[in-house]
Amino acid sequence: MGLTAADVARLGALARIQLSEQECAELAPELDVILESIRRVSEVATPDVPMATHAITMTNVFRDDVVRDSMTAEQALSGAPDDEDGRFRVPQILGEE
Amino acid sequence: MDDLIRLSVAELGRRMAAGELTSEELTRACLARIEALNPTLNVFLHVDAEGALAAARAVDARRAAGEELGPLAGVPIGVKDNYCTTDMPTTCGSRMLQGWVPPYDATVVKRLREAGLVIVGKTNMDEFAMGSSTETSFYGPTRNPWDTDRIPGGSGGGSAAAVASFMVPLAVGSDTGGSIRQPGAVTGTVGVKPTYGGVSRYGLVAMASSLDQPGPCTRSTEDAALLQAVIGGYDFHDSASLDVPVPDLVAAAQADDLSGVRIGVVTEFQGEGYEPGVLERFAEAVELLRAAGAEIFEVSCPAFTYALPAYYLIQPAELSSNLARFDGMRYGLRAGDDGTHSAEQVMNLSREEGFGREAKRRIIIGTYALSAGYYDAYYGSAQKVRTLIQADFTKAFETVDVLISPTTPTVAFRIGERMSDPMSMYLADLCTIPSNMAGNASASFPCGLSDGLPVGLQVMAPPMADERLYRVGGVLERALESAWGHPLLNELPTIDTQAVTA
Repeated sequence: MGLTAADVARLGALARIQLSEQECAELAPELDVILESIRRVSEVATPDVPMATHAITMTNVFRDDVVRDSMTAEQALSGAPDDEDGRFRVPQILGEE
Repeated sequence: MDDLIRLSVAELGRRMAAGELTSEELTRACLARIEALNPTLNVFLHVDAEGALAAARAVDARRAAGEELGPLAGVPIGVKDNYCTTDMPTTCGSRMLQGWVPPYDATVVKRLREAGLVIVGKTNMDEFAMGSSTETSFYGPTRNPWDTDRIPGGSGGGSAAAVASFMVPLAVGSDTGGSIRQPGAVTGTVGVKPTYGGVSRYGLVAMASSLDQPGPCTRSTEDAALLQAVIGGYDFHDSASLDVPVPDLVAAAQADDLSGVRIGVVTEFQGEGYEPGVLERFAEAVELLRAAGAEIFEVSCPAFTYALPAYYLIQPAELSSNLARFDGMRYGLRAGDDGTHSAEQVMNLSREEGFGREAKRRIIIGTYALSAGYYDAYYGSAQKVRTLIQADFTKAFETVDVLISPTTPTVAFRIGERMSDPMSMYLADLCTIPSNMAGNASASFPCGLSDGLPVGLQVMAPPMADERLYRVGGVLERALESAWGHPLLNELPTIDTQAVTA
């Protein structure tokens, strides 16, 4: 079953990317080709095979909870599209009402 | 001057240490070469001539003052544009980060600076390192110095082409599915993907975190060993960094025979789909390895044939999560902030405008693979394939010391040839992906030309056995150079700077 342009638009909304109608229509068949090839993995990924969660098996990494230098507010804000009073300025977040 | 830029890094270091050459002279030679060729090849997205010359003069002053410096002090280097640099923009080849100057240096960059290397600029790449051709860069494609109508590989085509065209003796790249090795193969250079965790990812803009691995791009095996010795080793800032001693890679690169080394040829990576010229160069190289004392075996790794489809689930899934940080709020592009749009609408518009087509395609696949109801079927299954690939490697390394294959099924393809067919593009990384999935060490070494274009041989070693790559690569390199009478890059044709106008 193939992906439709509407599916792509819905995925775009989930991924927070505004896609044009033309982009959705063009992407749908391309994604289908990729997904069809990807379906092959289920041929060998049988229930008895455990999932690998990491490239190299490692134990959890802990460190001592000590205070150390961090970035200054100026450094953190240096790449911001907009800032005000030492903070990131973002567009309206709460609803209009 | 022209001879200077062709010298090996070991020779450059020796001349600087002996006072026969200054870093400033060498850096000026590289900058002149970049100025002459960059308009044609589009290798560097940013060149910091002033900063590089200042760094070179600082090294010269330290050396003049009698300070004992490392073997790479004063050597110019190019850095892929996905490493954070405090004195140059880091764009990741994307419009999203156009002009962004990071507030900190990546660990790799910090170590380069501490070792006295001279960072001349940032090299072009596929957008956010997704691609096999350096065609998805927002700043235009890089061209292969062997044939400017062809791709230099990807995503690190800029770093590989910088080294192949003698703009800089060294470069660093990042390898998620083959992005150091595949460009190395198609440009006739050495590309190494160290063991996952062997070189810190801190400050490397994340693409697919469980696969990304920084590594060297160089003109010789020994140069690569010298560079990995500088950038490798444990880093507190990367939770996946391996806290194990780094083996003597330079000594391994200088080994003179392969007596007692057992080499497995991967049966799955030959035959249909592989260009005859690629297979011929590969077979000739195998005979040279045998003549150098290695025992050669055929080894089957059946799960490797599932690596590519599984990779194209894991990589977009991790990428869609990592690229979620580009929301137009704290850094990067912000679009539609005119007072009429909510924060969410601004995010949607910023991401629409900031990301290119391939980035969108993979974010959408990743979002689909991770969405409710599909997670187990797709991402979970792909992680199981990873287990099977790791098991194939483990089994193989019970009988052989390293595995080898062609690095790529074909030589460099033409620019534009595969852009409209994502699956044919993805096939370029067919042989390189298993090592990323398993996390083991892997490298590509030049093994000759097919129709005038470079062919690469891939060596794969167990995790934390990176020195085996260098031993096999070094012996192969010397055997080939003795057969050819010179290094492969001596055959690089003169680059026609009039050929490309776009």
